[in-house]
Amino acid sequence: MIATVVLASLSEGARLLRDNFWDYTVTGATIGAIYSLVALGYTLVYGVLRLINFAHSEIFMIGTFGALYATQWLGFDPGDPKKTGIALIGVLLFCLVIAMAVSGASAVVLERIAYRPLRRRGSTRLAALISAIGASFAISEAFALWRGRNFEQFPRLFDKTHTVFTLFGYDVRADQVLIILSALFMMVALDQFVRRTRLGRGVRAVAQNSETAQLMGVNIDRVIVLTFLLGGLMAGGAALLDMVFLEQTRYNIGFILGVKAFTAAVLGGIGNLRGALLGGFVLGLVENYGSALFGTQWKDVISFTLLVAVLMFRPTGLLGESLGKARA
Amino acid sequence: MKKWFRLLVPIAAVALLAAACGDDDDDVATTDETAAPAAAGVVCADPLTIAFFGAQTGDAANLGLNESRGAELAINEFNAANPACQIGYKAFDSQGNPDNAPALAQQAVDEAAIVAIVGPAFSGESRTANPIFEAAGLPIVTPSASAPDLSTLGWTIFHRLIANDDSQGPAIAAHIAGELAAAKVAVIDDNSEYGLSLAEIVAGELEAAGVEVTVTDHVDPASQDFSATVTKVKDAGVDVVMYGGYYAEAGRLRKQLVDGGVTAGFISGDGSLDPGFIEAAGAEAAEGAILTAAAFFSPDGYTGGADFGAKFLADSGSAPGLYSAEGYDGANLILAAITAGNTTREAINTFLSTASFQGITKTFKFLPNGELDGPAAIYATVVEGGVLVGAGQIGG
Amino acid sequence: MSTVWASVRLRRRGPLGISSSLQGAWTGLPRAARYTIGTVGVALLYLLPEIPLGLIETQGTKWESVLFFPILIYVMMAIGLNIVVGRTGMLDLGFVAFFAIGAYATAVLGGLHDWNWWLVLPTGIALAMAAGAILGTPTLRLRGDYLAIVTLGFGEIIRLTANNTESIGGPRGISDIPVPPNVGGLEFDNVLDDRPFYWLGLTLVVLIVFIVRRLERSRVGRAWTAIREDEDAAELMGVPTFTFKLWAFAMGAGIGGAGGTLYASQHRLASPGTFQLILSILFLAAVVLGGSGNLVGVIVGAAMIAYLPERFRGFEDKRVMLFGIALVVMMIFRPQGLIPSRRRAAELEDPVTPPEMADVSTSSQELAGYELGEVFGPGTVSLDKPFAPDPRSPAGDGDHG
Repeated sequence: MIATVVLASLSEGARLLRDNFWDYTVTGATIGAIYSLVALGYTLVYGVLRLINFAHSEIFMIGTFGALYATQWLGFDPGDPKKTGIALIGVLLFCLVIAMAVSGASAVVLERIAYRPLRRRGSTRLAALISAIGASFAISEAFALWRGRNFEQFPRLFDKTHTVFTLFGYDVRADQVLIILSALFMMVALDQFVRRTRLGRGVRAVAQNSETAQLMGVNIDRVIVLTFLLGGLMAGGAALLDMVFLEQTRYNIGFILGVKAFTAAVLGGIGNLRGALLGGFVLGLVENYGSALFGTQWKDVISFTLLVAVLMFRPTGLLGESLGKARA
Repeated sequence: MKKWFRLLVPIAAVALLAAACGDDDDDVATTDETAAPAAAGVVCADPLTIAFFGAQTGDAANLGLNESRGAELAINEFNAANPACQIGYKAFDSQGNPDNAPALAQQAVDEAAIVAIVGPAFSGESRTANPIFEAAGLPIVTPSASAPDLSTLGWTIFHRLIANDDSQGPAIAAHIAGELAAAKVAVIDDNSEYGLSLAEIVAGELEAAGVEVTVTDHVDPASQDFSATVTKVKDAGVDVVMYGGYYAEAGRLRKQLVDGGVTAGFISGDGSLDPGFIEAAGAEAAEGAILTAAAFFSPDGYTGGADFGAKFLADSGSAPGLYSAEGYDGANLILAAITAGNTTREAINTFLSTASFQGITKTFKFLPNGELDGPAAIYATVVEGGVLVGAGQIGG
Repeated sequence: MSTVWASVRLRRRGPLGISSSLQGAWTGLPRAARYTIGTVGVALLYLLPEIPLGLIETQGTKWESVLFFPILIYVMMAIGLNIVVGRTGMLDLGFVAFFAIGAYATAVLGGLHDWNWWLVLPTGIALAMAAGAILGTPTLRLRGDYLAIVTLGFGEIIRLTANNTESIGGPRGISDIPVPPNVGGLEFDNVLDDRPFYWLGLTLVVLIVFIVRRLERSRVGRAWTAIREDEDAAELMGVPTFTFKLWAFAMGAGIGGAGGTLYASQHRLASPGTFQLILSILFLAAVVLGGSGNLVGVIVGAAMIAYLPERFRGFEDKRVMLFGIALVVMMIFRPQGLIPSRRRAAELEDPVTPPEMADVSTSSQELAGYELGEVFGPGTVSLDKPFAPDPRSPAGDGDHG
């Protein structure tokens, strides 16, 4: 009896997924792109410090407020006419710079206040994790006190719902194109930075073998600050894209997203930049496909089950861990 | 021995001092009463307190504050009019969380001065707090806990100031089937106790009325992105989307539906009836959405509620919201019991259960199970030009 | 600069030294004296709801009730989680799952099927233990952070499944839950008086503490410590690490289940909204704050985490923020917790083993575990290794990649 009900709903789900495959794919990739960007922050810090930077979700949240303030500085109101052309690009870039700057700076301050003193004292990893959790609570609640607990609205900057092109019958929207492309661009830029530049080599060296790196003259403190900064910049970028996409924020907006992004990082292989990218997109897509098949209420159950299943067969995630390895 | 004694002296002194201070308080209270010039109005001997039970802080605070400010206004007015009977007010901040409720409820029960409660505001916390109020015989009047089964649990102290979801649900369904003449409907909820049960009632009534419910879905309110649900709704090509849940998610869902190209109508229940809905959806997307409740959103809709908004604003510094007038009426109902000379919990409960009282929102007369006697009025509010506009009664 | 460092180090040693000497004095006492003090202490705990404590008592909520929930329940959960995190070094971010399983077992068996409460309690514990074993079997070969995210996911899966399953009440939960039958003067069915629940819970806690102490000092406890210190070495020495990890997981889960059973009967409600991720995090914070690995420590830590927010309800909106700041400050100045594990302290400060040697012995681990002593820093993967970047501190490891 139950089996038939389940089967019936599954076959309906399968039809739904088949008929709207590209719809689910594009929307899943959009949220997946944001997961990926945030996951990069987790993976960078983890690769270098072996710390789950629990407060990274708040770095993202601060970025959304940075973007919101940027629009307010420019005098935007939710009802204003939409921008186009050069003005739009200027506005978006300005908001992006502000969001990234705010997030990056907070990440560096966070490292300074909540993590560095612990490192200096030779604390345990567990203590560092608790400090991260404490910092996360403190930051998000400070925003709750300051900004209140209600959502604040991000103005619509441009006509984001117009169709840019049609993919197998699905009208791909402007904001979806913007989000996926800019996320990919930022990720490629970060990957190249870490692989090609001197500073990036330092990051990889510390991730690989901190002691040797130190002996070779790498300033570890600077590398760690750089790591947090890079993670923060990516979170700031994600914050602006998220605001363009969903247009509202409040103090606890980072929490669930942070859990998802961390899941994505582990899924791809934590400590591995390309793993974070892959993990984010896979998670976003699987959530959407799963929602179609089983119903939206099972979304998180599906993604966590997927995570367990992947880790069973690949205990270090899809692409394996290590920021330091050449694979990264 | 000597040392021990030396220690005892200051302790005894402190104890005496404390006792003296305690007496002092009483003295002040009595002088206050006698000082009042031949008080017109009610005279009461014992200190009496009306408490509010519900969220004052946290994510669910909006609704609780709407109600508690109404109750406070009623008490302030009463105290101004009756110098010889000063009623205390105390808020128990449950944050809307059923886990916090028992320890708070027991504390309320323990404070002898508390003779009645306005609240609990939500159904979840009612389930853990009301058994305690029942055991202590402490009467409650709730302005917003709307789960239908609360009145079937045998609580003699329970009084509900609004019609429950068994009235709201069918009214929404009738409106969808009748006024909106929908053939295909999507029924979506936030998977919460309130949202799911309202959605289930509506879906059941729609099926009974021969309207096809082609999509049911349960979104996660903690998740920001509802695109999977939007796709599902688009796929089905429905005429109306009904949502059971709270305003922040309702607004977000409405916005994402419109962005996704869904042109269907949108209707939701009292949880969504808040200016926050328009904010979350954006004025453009919110336009035309219908939000229903067993109450007027604005007290102006009530006969005798015209000056309530101004008084409320002057008293609390903020505009009244949903159920503010009900909170005001609830406190006034209790004050009417006190005016009639009932100063114990038991007497007030008897008064509440038997009396008929004209408030600004309606006439209150309760059935033995604590529900309102008489037909339940359900009102619609429509978003027009970025503001909430009353659209009259749709059911009951 | 170096003087600053010296003073920092001194300060760090200070509190640890004091508590060590206190603990030393305690173990120095004759056995009879320790038992007497212990008995008096437990007797005082039983009398806690009866003694007027004035301003120590919670002001806005009923003290007797707060003593049971959250304080006693948090203590129970922390004892259970401590076996997993503190003793065996596995990071569990989804401990609330077992709390939920205990609560729902009580609701379903006692509420929907009318089982006797005294039959429900052991069944709830057994079900939670079984759930622990079922989760543990496939996942315990994962280490450290992978285990953390998998347990976190498990906690969410349990909550969401309960929310989505109509036959156990869906989001509404189950509210018709039996209480233990009245025993003598203890009226469990009196909703106005939570003292019987407190006494029952305290009895369970005493029993659990007794059992856990015995276990810790047995072969099992030594095996757990060995696993926490270095799983590979333990395995090499012939400790069946997987079996012992599984046992630790199941034991912890069982205690969590007992907590859930008690909680549900006192609240007369089991609903998914209770079992949020944040509870798992609070339980973990309780363990670490108190002194991971030290039984007395985690009990004190849990009691503080449960008590302080209730006592300072006046701060309302600021509570969580202050709590967060307190966690950070605490981890900076007293990372070992309020009452550090003596054994851990001994291991960390053991002058016989040069840090370099400790490094060599443990650096072979590819994946990080959450072993207690494991030091936080770049590239550190295992326990007992101080953080590397400062040349003045003992050298860190290098090889994890």
